[in-house]
Amino acid sequence: MIPAAFDYVRPDSVAQAVSALAGAGEDAKVLGGGQSLIPVLRLRLAYPSTLIDVGRLAELRGVHDDGDAIVIGAMTTHHEVMHDALVGEHAPLIAQATETVADPQVRHRGTFGGALAHADPAGDLGAVALALDCEFVATGPSGERRIAAADFFLDYLTTALAPDELLTAVRVPKLGPGWLSHYEKFNRVAQAWSIVAVAALVHRENGSITQARIGLTNMGSTPLRAVAVEHALAGADASGEAVGAAAEHAAEGTAAPSDLSGKSDYREHLARVLTKRAVLAAAGS
Amino acid sequence: MTRINVNVDGISYTDEVEPRTLLVHYLREQLGKIGTVVGCDTSNCGACTVALDGQSVKSCTLLAVQADGGDITTVEGLAAEDGTLHPVQQAFHDHHALQCGFCTPGMMMAVRDLLQDNPDPSEAEIREGIEGNLCRCTGYQNIVRAVQAAAANLSSTGGQS
Ligand SMILES: Cc1cc2nc3c(=O)[nH]c(=O)nc-3n(C[C@H](O)[C@H](O)[C@H](O)COP(=O)(O)OP(=O)(O)OC[C@H]3O[C@@H](n4cnc5c(N)ncnc54)[C@H](O)[C@@H]3O)c2cc1C
Ligand code: FES
Ligand code: FES
Repeated sequence: MIPAAFDYVRPDSVAQAVSALAGAGEDAKVLGGGQSLIPVLRLRLAYPSTLIDVGRLAELRGVHDDGDAIVIGAMTTHHEVMHDALVGEHAPLIAQATETVADPQVRHRGTFGGALAHADPAGDLGAVALALDCEFVATGPSGERRIAAADFFLDYLTTALAPDELLTAVRVPKLGPGWLSHYEKFNRVAQAWSIVAVAALVHRENGSITQARIGLTNMGSTPLRAVAVEHALAGADASGEAVGAAAEHAAEGTAAPSDLSGKSDYREHLARVLTKRAVLAAAGS
Repeated sequence: MTRINVNVDGISYTDEVEPRTLLVHYLREQLGKIGTVVGCDTSNCGACTVALDGQSVKSCTLLAVQADGGDITTVEGLAAEDGTLHPVQQAFHDHHALQCGFCTPGMMMAVRDLLQDNPDPSEAEIREGIEGNLCRCTGYQNIVRAVQAAAANLSSTGGQS
């Protein structure tokens, strides 16, 4: 179908974009790569009055080093993120998860920040951002603020961004030595969304896991941390048996959806199996 | 209406479009470039794939206004001016990589992009590279063979694509 009519604005700077957003009223929408928004418009599931296209703003693109963190511009495309040297060095978990997003065409246009702002719990990057304890940088009429990943995802397709705020960047803390990671995604056909996926970060020392951070994709209305697994893994052996026992807790505190891809009990089973796989793969055992 | 400037298959155009016009509709209905087709309403099938500034994109999932200033290649721009087929087109022909042909324009544009990034892909990399394109007829086997042939041909002729 053809989207309903809207006005189109393409600001030249973040400052202009913020004032355009403030002036355009509550039915305005930010347009990033359009890889989630345009399908929604085409199906006429949304009727924005104005689209404010920030997709090409140079200020919002690229990755830079900021000492203890790397900063990923919100409009950096999935394709750029996957091939970025800083991401590869400091956050290989992001690169690995991004490779599983959609297909090459969608990754050429879709952006890191657009995917996170969209906040689809089946999206792959939310669980990764949670596990990495990223900080979201939002810019609005009253300036810039930072939002912790733990406070960013509020509900299905709902984030802590105010309607007049733009997501401008995501700060990814650098992990010290000893941290290892793996993203384990389960789906059944090409270019499909995760039925369930697990983002695992583990800190390994002499055969045991000293600390772990586990993010879950599509196990609730937002991405989640598997806190009980994290507790069970702290100090555990990096063996199949110990990791398997810890992974048994993976579905605790989740509220997995039931849909055509699987019922919630099936997703709970997947969460346990995939958590074990992800942690073992990360730990290299 | 919004004014856009685009270069499509080597010709530049300045046009007024409604912001809601999808790139694929602009190409087909305003420029008459009907080689690029629409196969779905969900951004899944890839039949509408074109190259924008050298990268494959789904032209049904892009507004024409987003392509303003861009350089677009469609399947109609693949062959040389004298009609000589592009190596990817020739390989699809030689290896019978199509049956109904509906997926073929987008499939060839995805393959061209894949071979630009990775001139010597493994079979697994080929299947990943065309992940965004669905074919209901061939079962993909002959498409994969055609991509392997095109890769071999392009590398022996110096990779011109
Ligand atoms: C066929 C297909 C398969 C896909 N498969 C997957 C998958 O497997 N895994 C996955 O994670 N994703 C998948 N996606 C989604 C993809 O990752 C999108 O690129 C992403 O969700 C949206 O990014 P975008 O830049 O295109 O955002 P847009 O579509 O432009 O915007 C999405 C939403 O975010 C808002 N927004 C965008 N940028 C900003 C900003 N800077 N500030 C504030 N709000 C903003 C928009 O207003 C909109 O509500 C798929 C998409 C398609 C079409
Ligand atoms: S028409 Fe199916 S992806 Fe564009
Ligand atoms: S040849 Fe018919 S869809 Fe591919």
